Amino acid sequence: MNPIISSPHAHGARPVGRVMLLVMLALVPATLGGFWRFGWPAVYLWCVTVLACLFAEAVCVRLAERPARSALADGSALLTGWLLALSLPPWAPWWVGAVGGAFAIVVVKHAFGGLGQNLFNPAMAARVMLLISFPVEMTQWLAPQLPDAGLATALAGLGVTFGAGLPDAVSSASLLGHVKAEASRGVALGQALAGQWDPLAAGLGARAGSLGETSAWLLAAGGLFLVAKRVIGLRIPAAFLLGVAAPAALAQFLAPDHYLPPLAHLLSGGVMLAAFFIATDYVTSPSTPLGQWIFGLGCGLLTWIIRTWGAYPEGVAFAVLLMNAAAPLIDHTTRPRIFGRRRDGRSLAAARRG
Amino acid sequence: MCSPTISPLVRVKRLLQRWGAHPEGHKRPSADTALAVLPLAPRLVLPLSQHIGAPARPVVAAGQRVLRGELLATAQGNISAPIHAPTSGVILGIGEAAVPHPSGLGGPAIVLEPDGADESVPLDECDPFTLDPAEIARRVAAAGIVGMGGATFPAAVKLALGQHQPIETLILNGGECEPYLSCDDRLMRDRPDSVIDGARIILRAIGGRRALIGVENNKPEAIAALRTAAAAFAEVQVVALPSRYPMGSEKQLITWLTGREVPAEGRSADIGVVVHNVGTASAIHRAIRYGEALTRRIVTVAGGAVRTPRNLEVRIGTPLSALIEFCGGLTTEPARLVMGGPMMGIAIGSLDIPVIKGSGGLLALTAAEVSDTAAAGPCIRCGACVGACPIGLMPLDMAALIRAGELKGAVAVGLKDCIGCGTCSYVCPSSIPLVQFFNHAKGELAARERARMKQAAIKELVEARSARLEREAREKAAAAARRKAERERAKAAAAAAAQAASAPGATSATPNVAREETPA
Repeated sequence: MNPIISSPHAHGARPVGRVMLLVMLALVPATLGGFWRFGWPAVYLWCVTVLACLFAEAVCVRLAERPARSALADGSALLTGWLLALSLPPWAPWWVGAVGGAFAIVVVKHAFGGLGQNLFNPAMAARVMLLISFPVEMTQWLAPQLPDAGLATALAGLGVTFGAGLPDAVSSASLLGHVKAEASRGVALGQALAGQWDPLAAGLGARAGSLGETSAWLLAAGGLFLVAKRVIGLRIPAAFLLGVAAPAALAQFLAPDHYLPPLAHLLSGGVMLAAFFIATDYVTSPSTPLGQWIFGLGCGLLTWIIRTWGAYPEGVAFAVLLMNAAAPLIDHTTRPRIFGRRRDGRSLAAARRG
Repeated sequence: MCSPTISPLVRVKRLLQRWGAHPEGHKRPSADTALAVLPLAPRLVLPLSQHIGAPARPVVAAGQRVLRGELLATAQGNISAPIHAPTSGVILGIGEAAVPHPSGLGGPAIVLEPDGADESVPLDECDPFTLDPAEIARRVAAAGIVGMGGATFPAAVKLALGQHQPIETLILNGGECEPYLSCDDRLMRDRPDSVIDGARIILRAIGGRRALIGVENNKPEAIAALRTAAAAFAEVQVVALPSRYPMGSEKQLITWLTGREVPAEGRSADIGVVVHNVGTASAIHRAIRYGEALTRRIVTVAGGAVRTPRNLEVRIGTPLSALIEFCGGLTTEPARLVMGGPMMGIAIGSLDIPVIKGSGGLLALTAAEVSDTAAAGPCIRCGACVGACPIGLMPLDMAALIRAGELKGAVAVGLKDCIGCGTCSYVCPSSIPLVQFFNHAKGELAARERARMKQAAIKELVEARSARLEREAREKAAAAARRKAERERAKAAAAAAAQAASAPGATSATPNVAREETPA
């Protein structure tokens, strides 16, 4: 045993497992909101995705000849599955969740070296992989009203997730998809939005969208809880939302007939989820204060650009992945100034007088 | 009241900088318990190295009787400090003893057996404001005063700075940002006049214009006591600081109080500031006013395993076991014994170690307080260490570089600017021993530098030797050639003389001689 014990002799940080637990706690309201709105199929999909992640994590850790118990106990795999599930269409078939979960853990996380080593956010990378590989399953949204009683029972829900999939009768388009489709037909924005856009209802989740992305206000509340608990900083979420809202406001001011209002952008798609829970992922975001501002703004701006001019109606996942790739470079170029030195690393001059 | 002469812009900037950590204080109940004087121990052990710099050289012999305040060991070199007898008694010997050092190894020490009379040498009382600055510095050096906050840098060296460059501001460090410790708090509450007087004496020594005393706002009683004591002196101001670790770090304290930054490759004196601990100021007051050498100090005894945590005034050299005993002993087996504070103090192996000049605290911590049960996990790049670092470093990157053996890369991103405060380790959710990595790397760099210097010195010696040997060989060869030429010449001359005597036409010898001489 080494008799030399070095200071500090105290430790005051929240362990990693506790951090993950708080993030999950913050996700609970939005998740329950999604379950309530989309019924049993959403619950099943969530379970399948989370279990797939946990299973994949256990297998990978065992292959690396480490005990699986401690790796699972830190909660990171559970959280990855949870976030991925929230970003999937609520009535997607079970195998979408299973394949996505396994991909997130095996390819995006463990192939890069496991916890703390991955370059890309596992949930977003898996979502993008699914979107590109299974475009039909990944773009079938559920009508924004509560599911009818027939499909709301637990047994009928099983049929949706593990059987035939989404019945055509209840499928619907998301706001962003609808606007994109109408715009391509040459319909003016005001006309396309008529009866489709109600900020309050949309924010509370009464809209077509992913399992956990529709309750924007609940997500924001959970995110602010994390900020208050100092689990995440305010810089990335604030910059993200600003990055979406500022160009949207400018564009709408210049051409109101062509561009969606900022609030519609903030409350649609995955902006709230990504701003507070995805982009703030410690591993894949910069750790310098200035870098976090740049990262958040970049995510927001790219999201708005992809939504506005890209081929896909939604761009959050792509924006986050692109900025993930830039994060090491951002960190490298935005190092804080060292005390007593100038930004270029040279020492401050001694202020000699007399 | 806020710190004076700081522009609003700097104040705003100061609020936005969120470095540091907020460890739980654990200051009570020890801070609120009255100061007690520890009775004389039966044996005092005085290590020769109680300060930064060269160890002191003993000037007493075994068996000699000494009085309180008598010189036992004298300073060696410019950065050193003398050691005095804490009480009257007999020198038992000089030899190896257990001393406070992170290595746990022993060191040379003088052992004194008190005779109980506590008889003092005659003391030279005087009014400090009749002394000239150089004389104050000389007397402080003679009293063996070192930085009492734990750095143990000889105080007189910093007092003499004023003679080389203009120093406008004296800062007294009453931050005491380390958890558990309240020895400075107690001193400021119980003897505020000695601190203020010490500040004025130091101001005179350095030729300064103002003194700022920074005290963290978790010590309202100390701030009130100091303000009352300083009311009569316009040049002394008491400033409340936010409670945050490491606010008591010299660089952070200066920046907070003056808005200026110490250059990375400079010292605080370069921006006209000198920092002393409040305990040092009080010791200087006693040394100059009453002629007392530094032979006692206040020590906080605290930690979950101590029955009655409190502050004690202790003679230097008293074994730590006596302090624990006076505080009612231990309630449980401590998980760790620490000398100093929990953030930067050193772990000690036993209680047989003596109190030295820099010992501000003795902590007996329980396993729950040490809380190092978690093994280090992988870095999740949360950036907590980046936000906490008071210097603006990125500890996570530096640790990764050091782990990969890239010491040069770590230096390039600021390893040498690290002040070793340990805030990064404290806030790491994965319990990664960050500051331990940095201390290791600094030690490794120092070892490499020593090895490099040693190699350079050896190379120089070897080169000098081979140059000398070559020169000697050359000189030898030249001398031999000269002798040979002389012999040839003599022989030729003799032959010529002989030939001249016998027959003419013997001039061919001369070119031969010229050829012989060339190899020299």
